Amino acid sequence: MEKLINEFSFGLFFWQLLMFVLLVILLRKFAWKPILNAIESREEGIKGALDAAEKAKLEMANLQASNEKLLQEARLEREAMMKEAREIKAKMIAEAKDEAKSEADKMITNAQAAIQSEKKAAVAELKNTVAELSVEIAEKVVKGELSDKTKQLQLVDSMLNDAKLN
Amino acid sequence: MTIPTIVGAGLIVIGAGLGIGKIGGSAMDAIARQPEASGKIQTAMLIAAALIEGIGFAALFAG
Amino acid sequence: MRKNILGRLLTLFVLLFSFQMGAVEVQYSEEKGATDVKSEIKEYISHHLLDSYDFGLYSYTNDEGNHEYVGFPLPVIIWDDGLKVFSSSRLKHDEGVAEVGGNFYRSYHGKIYKTDAAGTLKMDADNHPEGRVHLDFSITKNVFTIFVVSLLILLVFNRMARSYKKGAIPTGIGRGLEPIVQYIRDDIAIPNIGVKKYKKYMPYLLTVFFFIWIINLLGLTPMGINVTNNIAVTLALALITFLITTFTANKNYWAHIFWMPGVPPLMRIVLAPIELLGTLIKPFSLMIRLYANITAGHIVLMSIIGLMFIFKNWLGSSLSFFLAFALSLLELLVAALQAYIFTMLSALYFGSAVEEHHEDH
Repeated sequence: MEKLINEFSFGLFFWQLLMFVLLVILLRKFAWKPILNAIESREEGIKGALDAAEKAKLEMANLQASNEKLLQEARLEREAMMKEAREIKAKMIAEAKDEAKSEADKMITNAQAAIQSEKKAAVAELKNTVAELSVEIAEKVVKGELSDKTKQLQLVDSMLNDAKLN
Repeated sequence: MTIPTIVGAGLIVIGAGLGIGKIGGSAMDAIARQPEASGKIQTAMLIAAALIEGIGFAALFAG
Repeated sequence: MRKNILGRLLTLFVLLFSFQMGAVEVQYSEEKGATDVKSEIKEYISHHLLDSYDFGLYSYTNDEGNHEYVGFPLPVIIWDDGLKVFSSSRLKHDEGVAEVGGNFYRSYHGKIYKTDAAGTLKMDADNHPEGRVHLDFSITKNVFTIFVVSLLILLVFNRMARSYKKGAIPTGIGRGLEPIVQYIRDDIAIPNIGVKKYKKYMPYLLTVFFFIWIINLLGLTPMGINVTNNIAVTLALALITFLITTFTANKNYWAHIFWMPGVPPLMRIVLAPIELLGTLIKPFSLMIRLYANITAGHIVLMSIIGLMFIFKNWLGSSLSFFLAFALSLLELLVAALQAYIFTMLSALYFGSAVEEHHEDH
């Protein structure tokens, strides 16, 4: 301890204190402030850039997700439309079939009705023709046979009976 | 230097050496156990060692 | 084969080195005898650790037996019945007497004493010379080194600061220094002081780190500069740390010293003087630590180098050479480590001074 006190040099202490304080002040102004500010701003810049990159990445992911969603939606929509179209097609075909069928049925019915009426008319005409023929035959027969009255009446009766069959 | 002074200085050095050695050893153990905390352990180790060293020097110079 | 070449080179190196040392040793032993080498080395080491009034790089004894000094003189500035300034060449390396304004001065072991015309020094009871001039503001070797290092630091870091204007990354030496600056900020200042208040202390912490580091490294060069092994230098540095701690301390810090919260009142009264003493012991230990580490390192290193002259055989000399080499490497580490510890502990003390009040103790 004594050696230390003995060794102590006031001049050196004075100069060291003076120079060091001066050095701190000068360095603060001319070196540390600009250096630390530059480092800090650079770090902030890097941090900002990293944040922006992260944000962009996130946005990209979002965009991709929304794209995917849109695509999915479009696919679904397309499917729905296709399905609808198929349904419409099936429906149209079925309707057409139904319509055709009903038309055909109607036509068949009509045809049947026409045939029936034609048939009726034909039968009626046939009856008339048969009747006329019968009358003509009868006239001739009558003319030939109706020489006596009894024979005439007999014939009429029998003929009438026969005619009823139709 | 008188003999007691020299012996005393030797004792101080032994004591400080043991203390710093123990700190160093414990720090090594701690780093081995938790390598991720090595920075903090080193700092704490240096501070503790510096304190012991300071006391050792103070005693040496007082003697 | 490779190993062989390496071995040969190493041998050659040791050989050359030993030859030089041997030459010096022979000269010494012829002059004064082998036992004198030890005292010569001891003298040299103690002289090396002292400050001097001129900037001497080295000295040698010429063929006529006179000491020749290689270096340049520095101004001596003393306050003794008025300001006196003269060149240190007039002191003739402790051998001459300088007459300034009717007074006679001579230097002895790195200090200036007032003497008579013949330059006799009266020794007191403790074998210290009387008549020391205390107000001695001379630009000694150490002061000169402080100036040069300060200027160097200022130039280097100002250059580094200016290089940021050109781009985000510094150019030149700044590229290597920037990680250190960042390390001091991120691993010393912020963890110890806190992210809110560290900025105020950064200029001091950075300056003290680089100043101590560079000046310690200069101490390891063969120029024989030893600034940090002067208690005056470390006292000045520790005093600044102490003053900054004291004047930036908040209420919480003083409360912890004078009226420790969370302990019984009687304990508070007992603790107050201990804590107050602690505030002084902290910078004191800073001062002693730096001084003692550097001084001890220099003494041990120079003693081991001195062993080379004492050993007369090749084995001992080469052994001490390698020991000195290994120790130099260790000293390189110590130079940085002491700067780091000084900065670290300063930051720790600043941190305790501005710590906010916590409820948890």
